[in-house]
Amino acid sequence: MDNVISTVRTSTLPEKATKKRDWIATGFHLLFLACAMVGVLSVGTIGWFVFHEGLPAFQQAGVAQIIFGQEWLPPALFGIGPMIVASLISTFGAVIIGVPIAILTAVFLAELAPNWMANIVRPAVELLAGIPSVVYGFFGLVIIVPMIETIFNIPAGNTILAGIIVLAIMILPTVITISETSLRALPGTYKEAALALGASQIYTVFKVLIPAARSGIYTGISLGIARAIGETMAIIMVMGNAPAMPGSLLEPARSLTANIAMEMSYATGIHSSALYSTGIVLLVFIVLLNSCLLYMNRKRTY
Amino acid sequence: MNKFNINNLDLFYGETHALKNISLNIPNRQVTALIGPSGCGKSTLLRTLNRMNDLVENVKITGDVHFDGNDIYQDSDVTALRMRVGMVFQKANPFPMSIYENVAFGLKAQGNKSKDEIDAIVEESLRGAALWDEVKDRLNSDAFGLSGGQQQRLCIARAISMEPEVILMDEPTSALDPIATHKIEELMDELRKKFTIVIVTHSMNQAKRIADKTAFFWMGELVEHNDTAELFNNPVDQRTQGYVSGEFG
Amino acid sequence: MLNRAQQDKVLLSAIWASATITILFLLWVIWHILSNGLSHVTWEFITTSYTRIGESSGIWSMIISTVYMVGLSLSIAAPIGIMTAIYLTEYSKPGSKVVKVIRFCTESLAGIPSIVYGLFGMTFFVTTLGLGFSILAGSLTLSMLILPVIIRTTEEALMAVPVSYREGGYALGASKIYTIWRLILPSAMPGIITSVILSIGRVIGESAPVFLTAGMVTQIPQSVLDSGRTLTVHLYKLTQELFSQSEWDQAYATATILIVLVLVLNMATKIVAARYNKASH
Repeated sequence: MDNVISTVRTSTLPEKATKKRDWIATGFHLLFLACAMVGVLSVGTIGWFVFHEGLPAFQQAGVAQIIFGQEWLPPALFGIGPMIVASLISTFGAVIIGVPIAILTAVFLAELAPNWMANIVRPAVELLAGIPSVVYGFFGLVIIVPMIETIFNIPAGNTILAGIIVLAIMILPTVITISETSLRALPGTYKEAALALGASQIYTVFKVLIPAARSGIYTGISLGIARAIGETMAIIMVMGNAPAMPGSLLEPARSLTANIAMEMSYATGIHSSALYSTGIVLLVFIVLLNSCLLYMNRKRTY
Repeated sequence: MNKFNINNLDLFYGETHALKNISLNIPNRQVTALIGPSGCGKSTLLRTLNRMNDLVENVKITGDVHFDGNDIYQDSDVTALRMRVGMVFQKANPFPMSIYENVAFGLKAQGNKSKDEIDAIVEESLRGAALWDEVKDRLNSDAFGLSGGQQQRLCIARAISMEPEVILMDEPTSALDPIATHKIEELMDELRKKFTIVIVTHSMNQAKRIADKTAFFWMGELVEHNDTAELFNNPVDQRTQGYVSGEFG
Repeated sequence: MLNRAQQDKVLLSAIWASATITILFLLWVIWHILSNGLSHVTWEFITTSYTRIGESSGIWSMIISTVYMVGLSLSIAAPIGIMTAIYLTEYSKPGSKVVKVIRFCTESLAGIPSIVYGLFGMTFFVTTLGLGFSILAGSLTLSMLILPVIIRTTEEALMAVPVSYREGGYALGASKIYTIWRLILPSAMPGIITSVILSIGRVIGESAPVFLTAGMVTQIPQSVLDSGRTLTVHLYKLTQELFSQSEWDQAYATATILIVLVLVLNMATKIVAARYNKASH
């Protein structure tokens, strides 16, 4: 007998089944792959369209003119500086107010609340996450806006401040839910170890649990920010939408998203292109946000 | 008369050399036990026999495995192979469906049997696995309602429903209590009349009780292979000696 | 400086205060809408159509448009999303390039603000493909938007199916597709249903990308190529002209219906989850 000839085979070799069964298996494989490609194709098409449509405005008006320009007077001037400022300030304000409240509420639900209470509040928070943004906008319009008029004695309450408050309420559920989940996912040993060292419950929460859960909390915050900066309808309904540079929190302003939503239906030519460049700026912010998140979560994971 | 001939089999998981130049014959209608310390490759070898290793990434296999004279890695249809070589797993893995549906699953997957035929085979298989009397009145209830030992016998019934020639058992009693284990071992004594059985076990006593042949593995190598009594009473290799005397493992 | 015990007290009060604020705002939003809206949600309001001049101000046509939108978006996105998840969990090699690309794109899709979908949908589906402002253009846009939700949730559900089921199926000589269809998908069904319910909520809740692609026509759409106004878009339009008491009432009633819908969907996911927990041990 010959020496045994070893043949190298990998597990992925196609099996020599009956031809028909092979074809069916391959067919399904390709079908699933094709479906998986739809997502890839979608991102590609959206990206290509947004940039293809948005670039003419940048070319014609100049990048600096658009990004730093103060005047939005289509079809002549396409400065979206004020809108960038409005989007950033309203988001920043919402984060400053909303995130601490949300994280502390998450701590409350995960660590302090008696079970029965957490079991009522948690579903309620989830419910809040599902409420359409127009409903929040409506609430802001009928409650927050008049309240600002009364408190600050101004003629129109449709201001950045109203936007900030509505956005702060809107990001609460997102940040609470994700932070609470990551707090609950921590092994019980962390808490036990800290408590066994004589640390108080509060000390343990702030010095051990929150730092340990931070990557989840960062994710929650970044999703909250994404929701705030991408929010459209609620902002349109409460922020006044004037395309001028706001001088204070008590003035109306137009966000990037509002700019697109309000003018897209009738814009043509370079005007439409300028709205696309507004979209590009919005996407750039989202990419920056996600890069930040990646960086923060990578740097400190252990 | 051998059911399997394994020649110069090497198996790699990525860089790990999990099986080293294994040559082993598995006789027809006998019980062959594969023993050895954890991680010695006994389960890996078992899974090459019905190509379950195909499900693992980065597996490379050289050498050959003949089943009734056919190289299963060369010219066999894996589906057909698995119908002829059944498998029972370490932890009972009933599907989340009724007892009846569990046993009928493989038959329905084949798709060429009538309802009556399937009914008959389900009953026959459950009888074959010594489970029929316990479950005949609740065939349509959830398989998860059975005890651990019953679940494992259900899995055996599921395997024999395909009328296989070989049943591979991967530590089938490791998760069971002694009474349930005893029942399964009794059942295996029945099964050996009809099937070739290859069993991986970590219990030397189990191998002594049920196996005709025993093969001892050590760090991916087949150290020794002999009649069970011979291997336990007169081990040739020092490592075998150490293992069967309980020095390590 | 505060000592440790005092710091603890301050922080503890901050936690209680935050939780109270959250709960109060929650209750306030829901209470305000429901208390002003529930009494105006009448059978007539739900079942009559809307005319601008005001002789009839029901929301039947908005309900129909919303239902069309939900149905069509899901029938486009659910099969594609579920099959993508099957590809990712059952067919692809983990860590391979293809998977990385697919996953990156899915995550990107999830990160794109909905208004950008509106922008894209309006140019691509409405204008370039010539679908006009229509339920179809709206659904195509929204199906891209919900695709990542369906993929991710289904993928999680599929990954939660024990490997032992797959092994058991394959060990019986069942083909891959049979094992997926008869064993893996049924086991993952609760998760898949949850993903569908979540997407329904998403479709109902979206507004900006909807009116940019499906328009705002208040008539009942006769075909998917007609424009239609969904409930959220309707609420938005109502809030732009709150002059008479009747318009206020309509707005509150519409908001009430939206909240009730969200409540029902939330309860549905809870029921599915509870069933699932009971079934698995």
